Amino acid sequence: MYRYDEFDATFVSERVDQFRGQVERRVKGELTEEQFRPLRLMNGLYLQLHAYMLRVAVPYGTLNSKQMHKLAFIADKYDRGYGHFTTRQNIQYNWPKLPDVPDILGHLAEVEMHAIQTSGNCIRNVTADQWSGVAANEVEDPRPYAELMRQWSSLHPEFSFLPRKFKIAVTGDETDRAAIAYHDIGLRVKKNQQGETGFEVFVGGGMGRTPMIAPRVRDWLPKNELLAFLEAVMRVYNLNGRRDNKYKARIKILVHELGAEEFTRQVEEEYARLDASQITPPKQELERIAAYFAPPAYEDLADSDADHTQHLVDNKDFAEWVERNVAEHKVPGYSIVNISLKPVGGVPGDASSDQMRAVADLAKNLSLDEIRVTHEQNLVLPNVRKYDLFAIWQKLKEHKLANANIGLATDIIACPGLDYCALATARSIPIAQDVSNRLGDIARQRDIGDLKIKISGCINACGHHHAGHIGILGLEKRGVEYYQITLGGSGDETASIGQIIGPGFSSETVTDAVETIVDTYVDLRQNGETFLEAYRRVGAEPFKEAVYATH
Amino acid sequence: MPLIKDGQIVEDNWITLDDEADLPIQGDVIVSLERLEKEADAIKARPGRTGVALENNVDENEVEAYLSHLDLIALTFPAFTDGRAFSQARQLRTKLGFEGELRATGNVLVDQAAFLCRVGFDSFEVDTTQSIDVWNQALRSMSVAYQRGYDGEQAMRVSTPSSQGKAQATPV
Repeated sequence: MYRYDEFDATFVSERVDQFRGQVERRVKGELTEEQFRPLRLMNGLYLQLHAYMLRVAVPYGTLNSKQMHKLAFIADKYDRGYGHFTTRQNIQYNWPKLPDVPDILGHLAEVEMHAIQTSGNCIRNVTADQWSGVAANEVEDPRPYAELMRQWSSLHPEFSFLPRKFKIAVTGDETDRAAIAYHDIGLRVKKNQQGETGFEVFVGGGMGRTPMIAPRVRDWLPKNELLAFLEAVMRVYNLNGRRDNKYKARIKILVHELGAEEFTRQVEEEYARLDASQITPPKQELERIAAYFAPPAYEDLADSDADHTQHLVDNKDFAEWVERNVAEHKVPGYSIVNISLKPVGGVPGDASSDQMRAVADLAKNLSLDEIRVTHEQNLVLPNVRKYDLFAIWQKLKEHKLANANIGLATDIIACPGLDYCALATARSIPIAQDVSNRLGDIARQRDIGDLKIKISGCINACGHHHAGHIGILGLEKRGVEYYQITLGGSGDETASIGQIIGPGFSSETVTDAVETIVDTYVDLRQNGETFLEAYRRVGAEPFKEAVYATH
Repeated sequence: MPLIKDGQIVEDNWITLDDEADLPIQGDVIVSLERLEKEADAIKARPGRTGVALENNVDENEVEAYLSHLDLIALTFPAFTDGRAFSQARQLRTKLGFEGELRATGNVLVDQAAFLCRVGFDSFEVDTTQSIDVWNQALRSMSVAYQRGYDGEQAMRVSTPSSQGKAQATPV
């Protein structure tokens, strides 16, 4: 993974000092809250319902064990012993105190981490496929480009006061695990017929109150043109994006109002006239970054391991965990281990400091010192020898981290909702817990199969409900929470926006409705089709009939 | 409002003219783009220097025809959160090659000082109660930057391990 050199270290430590000064000015009253707000936001510090919240960047979701240990240390020393992994592969602390924040940032800098631009109307932390570099069918590891974009976007002089926040996601695989179609810019690494690397570029996707699937603005962008092309996109947006209404300020609205064709024309016109040679890093720079992502020292192993195979036969729980949580690695004899942060009835994405330390130690000893955070709020050990799987599973069990539910009904995405968030209109965590408890029986979950349930506590859609096979949106009317259900959303390479099925449900009845929908699917599915496949075949009607007949 | 240039508070010798006000016979004036378009000949014929104030929704191409007669362009920040003028400045400097004074006006935070300099502003009419020291300190708070092409000839992040880390932000 990427390592800071002197330049990066200077950048981050000066940034910490700068923020320390800003906090001091705020505490002394030299800065008003209004003036301090954009400054703290650009350092990931929100003011929530009960306290400040600090969002720490995990660039493209990659961590090493030392970094994870530091996150655990911060959770213990400055928070209440836990952290919350988010849908943007970051981690949030819910209870830091303002005067402590510069010290926290200082601790992060010691392990080459920061909270720069995890908030604010700027280019946010770049996200990527959590299996980058290890997925069996990947075209190319996208992380060198993600790191290049991290650097390029950090304290960008021109694009730090955009009309609204700006999110970039990148994948190197045909199978989209990064939800690129739902991002302001989505990039897919591809090869042309000459075997050269480039990108397919999508612009103007998003969730929020106006969900959009990003249209493609470029079928082929040579890799060395990436930053210059991004600059053209950003400039068209910075100059022309709406600033009169915060809800219409995202780039998706500009793309939609201009039309994808006209937007693309404006970007291409800008791109044609800018001097790409000034912006494009020299070839050696990309090579320097890419070298950090060279494959680690894998052992030469047979793809199957006799002991592992025997454990699969002997231990049903282990076999079920392997089936759901372990994925194929590109290197023979290795596996990708997905660690679910979704215990039945738990808070999606929360991890205690003990759990963080356990994962860090496993990564250090058994995963070539790497950890990934997923946008579905889980963790990954990307480089595990098959013969270590059983030992890892046992260790994970000790820490309540062996939930064998990756991709199943209880692997729910949920935003913090009204339990923490100042923007929320309804609670989302308790709903996630209810649904999880209701559908939690593992045999039942396995029978239901692949199902993505996603819950947001307000229209801003941080819980990705638009992309849920079953989406739940918490709203509020006259002081009472209610929940809208959408069906048929997907964030993968067949991205679609979930459609509202009808009137909403109370917090007491929404779980019943979800269960009815799931049972309806189980009754009508054919030939092993998944929930999403079945929905796409039959449409919303059978589900509506079942739900509104019984409620 | 104090004017900051070259790291100091300086006297502002420019007169910002109301559209209704008569053109003074002498002195340096800043006029609106509308007035510049209407009275281009009279303005050009004056002995004093000419500047133009652009709204932040104006396409920079609209001043192209007048550039050779302009010594100053003032760009405005109606709110410090409205970053359009960053892109306008960048366009004026790089695309149109404007080399005169580029002035930031309106609601600008001291914490934006480095960004403003890096996109090409070189004078700042700042509504601030902060002392000039705070402004200069803010400018110096980051000695390194990642983006290329924002500081004239000075490349920022350079490519080789031996030379990297030596690049400095433009001193002011």
